[in-house]
Amino acid sequence: MTSMDMTKAVHWRKTKNRIFFGIIVILTVVCVLPLFMILGYVVYRALPGFSMGFFTRLPAPTGIPGGMANAIVGTLEIVAVASIISLPFGLGAGLFLSETRAVKIQSFIRFLTDVLSGTPSIVIGLLAYALIVAPMGNFSGFAGSIALAILMIPTIARTSEQVLRLVPVSLREAALALGATRVQVWMRVVIPTALSGILTGFLLAVSRALGETAPLLFTALGNQFWAKSFFAPMAALPLQVFVYAISPYKDWQQEAWAGALTLVLIALVLNVLARLIGRTKR
Amino acid sequence: MAQSLSIRDLHAWYGELEVLKGINMDIEANQVSAIIGPSGCGKSTFIRCLNRLHETIPSGKVSGSIQLGDRDLFSIDPMDVRRMVGMVFQKPNPFPTMSIFDNVAVGLRFAGITKKHMLSERVEKSIQMAGLWEEVKDRLHEPSTALSGGQQQRLCIARALAVEPDVLLMDEPTSALDPISTLRVEELVEEIKSSYTVVIVTHNMQQAARIADKTAFFLNGELVEYGDTNTIFTHPNFQSTEDYISGRFG
Repeated sequence: MTSMDMTKAVHWRKTKNRIFFGIIVILTVVCVLPLFMILGYVVYRALPGFSMGFFTRLPAPTGIPGGMANAIVGTLEIVAVASIISLPFGLGAGLFLSETRAVKIQSFIRFLTDVLSGTPSIVIGLLAYALIVAPMGNFSGFAGSIALAILMIPTIARTSEQVLRLVPVSLREAALALGATRVQVWMRVVIPTALSGILTGFLLAVSRALGETAPLLFTALGNQFWAKSFFAPMAALPLQVFVYAISPYKDWQQEAWAGALTLVLIALVLNVLARLIGRTKR
Repeated sequence: MAQSLSIRDLHAWYGELEVLKGINMDIEANQVSAIIGPSGCGKSTFIRCLNRLHETIPSGKVSGSIQLGDRDLFSIDPMDVRRMVGMVFQKPNPFPTMSIFDNVAVGLRFAGITKKHMLSERVEKSIQMAGLWEEVKDRLHEPSTALSGGQQQRLCIARALAVEPDVLLMDEPTSALDPISTLRVEELVEEIKSSYTVVIVTHNMQQAARIADKTAFFLNGELVEYGDTNTIFTHPNFQSTEDYISGRFG
């Protein structure tokens, strides 16, 4: 090859490189654009409905200024209890999956968690109805929490398992060599080392549970007023948004947008928290 | 308090592969015994059997008998065995989520000792024994990962000593360290020999010659020779020992 040919070839390679890089950039933008469009549109529709009243008033008939105070509090309560229930079970399952030496049981349980995480959320809601609502005789926030907890457990179990597996064998052996029992190794070395990963997985499961509507349909049911107790029907944001969005009233529809934005904001705060925790605990 | 180790007909397997083929050995108390041999000869597997760590591997199997003093190690809970037979690993492995103090104290906490003054006392004593006290006494509550490699290894030694074992096993403890840190660790081994029985696996024959009272030569899962370091290095009984020492293989 003459030196002229070489320069041409190198030039063509550089051009090809630039073209492909450009294509990747375009594809990335196309990927991320819908997210920003959705966010932008939701903010655009919801902002007119944001007011102090929205956060403090109870739902009112159309025409009368109302709000979603009970739904916001209800969502926070139901998700909080679901988190408290699901974390120990999910983490325990994750610990079992990563530490057990019984290989056959391990793959069976992993299969079960995968099936459970793929089950439609409405089916899980029906399960909670049959297990809690029917025997109790009434709808309740508690039943909603149970449904959400069942939803969250497989996610927490799988992410915990993966993070726990990443803890190096050398650390476990160092602990064993000091005379630790297996449980001590898990509690004092393995889990603390994997903690930031476990928390991140946990917060992601929580932010998913925040937006679930179907499981709450026949468990928490919804409420136009403050719930009498946690064991009574309770309002929740996704439910309220659903009811308001399909209604024919413009003011209710406006409130539905505001409710949707509130949900997005809560999820956003949780995700940012997850990242901050992940960064500081390095 | 140092104890002697008596190993009889020790076999070890990884699944179907036999890596130790009947080891018989008597390791005296208050001495440093070095284990040398080419890669794959079973030295690391051997000492991992001594603190029953080999059994924790999914495919690991052991048979034979190991006596510590007059106690049969296979009839005691492995946890208790490991409190009596401590280990320092090749690559320093301090617990990253714990401070310097907590790293050394954790072995005591595992054993159920929680009284603050007891812990402080034992931690200080162990860190001093490891020759690390002057360097860390003002930053005991900093994370252990802030130390250099040589310091981390001495921390791991302090951690192992805090539990006051009868035997200290060391699996190539200086192979990942620079020469100065290596020297410090070797000095340490000299110092603690009066209170402990030390078994050290090493690839470095000069190291064995420097610090060990007795040396054992392993080859292909068998103990070829075990005797005074001087004798092994100058008048070995077996040709294979002679060949290894003069560098003809390994």
